[in-house]
Amino acid sequence: MIPEIGHFALVLSMCLAIAQAIFPLIGTMNNTPSWAALARPLAWGQALFLTIALGALTYAFLVNDFSVRYVASNSNTLLPTVYKISAVWGAHEGSLLLWAFFLGIWSAAIAVLSKGLTQEVVSRVLAVMGMVNAGFVSFMLFTSNPFERLFQIPAEGRDLNPLLQDIGLALHPPTLYLGYVGFSVAFGFAIAALIGGRLDASWARWSRPWTTAAWVWLTLGITIGSWWAYYELGWGGWWFWDPVENASFMPWIAGTALMHSLAVTEKRGAFRSWTLMLAILAFSLCLLGTFLVRSGVLTSVHAFAADPDRGIFILIFLLITIGGSLALYAWRAPSIFSGGRFDLISRESFLLGNNLLLTVFTFLVLFGTLAPLIYDALEWGKISVGFPWFNKMFLMVTPFLAVLIGFGPLMRWKRTDPKKLVKKLRIAMIVSVVIGLIAFLPAISTGSLLVPLGMFLVAWIITSHITAIIDRLKHKQGISHIFADLAGKGRSYYGMVVAHMGVAMFILGATMVSHHGVEKDLRMSPGESAEISAYRFKFEGVAHTPGPNYTANQGEFTIYLDGEVEAVLKPQKRTYFAQGRPMTEAAIDWGLTRDLYVSLGEDLGGGDWSVRLYYKPFVRWIWLGGLAMAIGGIICISDRRYRSKKEKKPQQAYTEAANTLVTEKS
Amino acid sequence: MKPRHKRIVFAVIAVVAIGIAAKLIIASIDKGSSYFYSPMKVLAGEAPKDQVFRIGGLVKVGSMQRIGKTLTVEFIITDDQSAEITTHYTGILPDLFKEGQGVVAKGRLRDDGIFNAEEVLAKHDEKYLAPEVKDALEEAHNEATNKKEKSQ
Repeated sequence: MIPEIGHFALVLSMCLAIAQAIFPLIGTMNNTPSWAALARPLAWGQALFLTIALGALTYAFLVNDFSVRYVASNSNTLLPTVYKISAVWGAHEGSLLLWAFFLGIWSAAIAVLSKGLTQEVVSRVLAVMGMVNAGFVSFMLFTSNPFERLFQIPAEGRDLNPLLQDIGLALHPPTLYLGYVGFSVAFGFAIAALIGGRLDASWARWSRPWTTAAWVWLTLGITIGSWWAYYELGWGGWWFWDPVENASFMPWIAGTALMHSLAVTEKRGAFRSWTLMLAILAFSLCLLGTFLVRSGVLTSVHAFAADPDRGIFILIFLLITIGGSLALYAWRAPSIFSGGRFDLISRESFLLGNNLLLTVFTFLVLFGTLAPLIYDALEWGKISVGFPWFNKMFLMVTPFLAVLIGFGPLMRWKRTDPKKLVKKLRIAMIVSVVIGLIAFLPAISTGSLLVPLGMFLVAWIITSHITAIIDRLKHKQGISHIFADLAGKGRSYYGMVVAHMGVAMFILGATMVSHHGVEKDLRMSPGESAEISAYRFKFEGVAHTPGPNYTANQGEFTIYLDGEVEAVLKPQKRTYFAQGRPMTEAAIDWGLTRDLYVSLGEDLGGGDWSVRLYYKPFVRWIWLGGLAMAIGGIICISDRRYRSKKEKKPQQAYTEAANTLVTEKS
Repeated sequence: MKPRHKRIVFAVIAVVAIGIAAKLIIASIDKGSSYFYSPMKVLAGEAPKDQVFRIGGLVKVGSMQRIGKTLTVEFIITDDQSAEITTHYTGILPDLFKEGQGVVAKGRLRDDGIFNAEEVLAKHDEKYLAPEVKDALEEAHNEATNKKEKSQ
């Protein structure tokens, strides 16, 4: 009965989504306020019914209702309760439901938090989001219904994929999806602006906090995914350039470009059409990502069993969304060169540089990800693009970005005096070059040019931002102003600083672990030791140990540093009862300066095991960097100016912009 | 220069730059990627001798063995018909590597016809068979049935 309620709620939410796509939009076009006003209640209703649907599916998992096909294929009576809940989105159907649910939640959030916006804008944004969700919920109902019943009810479920029986599944998909779906809001604002033809600075201001929020979730989702893959897949890598990772990374890069471009559009009115294009691009890439994951057209660690119907449905949906929005764009977008003028050395042009680099990088990743499909379609052969290629492309773009980051905060809008800029940054430049030169020492560089480059960039980002903060506070008179700045007025500025520090932390971690990490695959007998970097790993042996829904062989390793015990690690090789599948569970002793990582391979007989031993210096900084970026984003959203109760009238905004122009000129 | 000329010059430069970039990227992707060959094609000598490529099929049941007291393991990749490629791999095999299951290996062909794998991939979902492997198996199967029909 409960699954039917869920199913029914899903159908209702589809009807509401369709209504939400049609009536509010028409209402704003032919001036029917009563129709336009439907947007908010419809968004509420949709969120409510999607919550009921998700709740019903969760309930089916909790009570082991194996008459529901999805539950039977992805759960088991022995599965611990926590994993039963996260198993709800552990496979195709449920993860789509989560997607739609989050879209409902974002829509409801817009309905609640948009008090300052005109009814017209709210109605249009929600209408666009209604269209998107109508597509998703109907996709679910027609091709992948999570509530489908089985008529021969199995006594036991097939169990959740052992790799997914982890806290990572509880965290990674929800955060990532919140990000993916969140970009539909930025998309909605862009489309609403295009429909309305009002492309002034105000839409950029409304769109900014929402875009940043989506970006924060996406950042967290990718970071958690990377961390999860690191400890769960048992081979210690943190990024594989897998098609599906790329699928989440591309909207992130485009989204990063969008955030920066929105700043220019809001403050200066420039880059308007460019910003609109990025909003469309970011969300299109989110949809493309979903298509790549769900259709199975690309070989990937995330690939589920493929179903061509699903692929075609999403492809059509993708074409309609992207084609439709691009057509609208071509028809409505303002000419590229509209907006304020600026000099070559100005914040605008540096942000433009940032945008160009990020966009180029997005397309490189897109090309590398789709190249196997293109080659196959052209019958050039079946290729796979290895991660050396992606790494090379990454290294071709990011150093330039990292250099620009350092200049950014000290740049002024419209025009910066290059001489003054160089004077301000002189100390920062000298310090970072010196640090870069020190890193040429063979012990640090390990013979690679990338280590000095990385260390230079880390030092450059940190020192230039310190310079920028000092410069900013110098102009504030009195302690009270400085505190006011820190506490409230300058939130978005400090958010930016924190996020940029995250970039430095990431570069530090990635450089160190790539060049100083040690990995060894060995055959070890009990009592044998192996030296990894300064550490001695002693293999004590393997013993059986039981688990709730598996049995495991548990190895024991004692790790010594200078003769003292540093850590005892117990990696496991598990066999899950339900599917009889083996699973490697690595053991990690983590620290800020290094991770020690051990995973078990196979039993080679006679007590010998194949083992994998790692020394991973500074690997945590990669994820701490991601976390810092997300925290920076949150600080930006908390800026008070997004919370102004009343919407500024457009004329007023223009007058203000004009006033700023005048003041800046004088 | 008039603004119009300026724009034309700018457009020409942009087109040339994009063209060069595209050329470089395609060249680099050719170098950085590995082609897939079915066991049949490898036996027919179509696979490159001095280049990394990928091969896929099923791990032949009963073919897996360790070589001495090393981490090197030997197994046969088959298309389930007649083509078989003996493969060597040194290291730790993925959890889902199993005899009778699908596998993709990346590496080089040695002069003695043994495939030296640098990387062995078995997928995370046991229901899942890499599309290349699926195609290779189907192709081999069709070829075998064609031959049978002809001889009859």
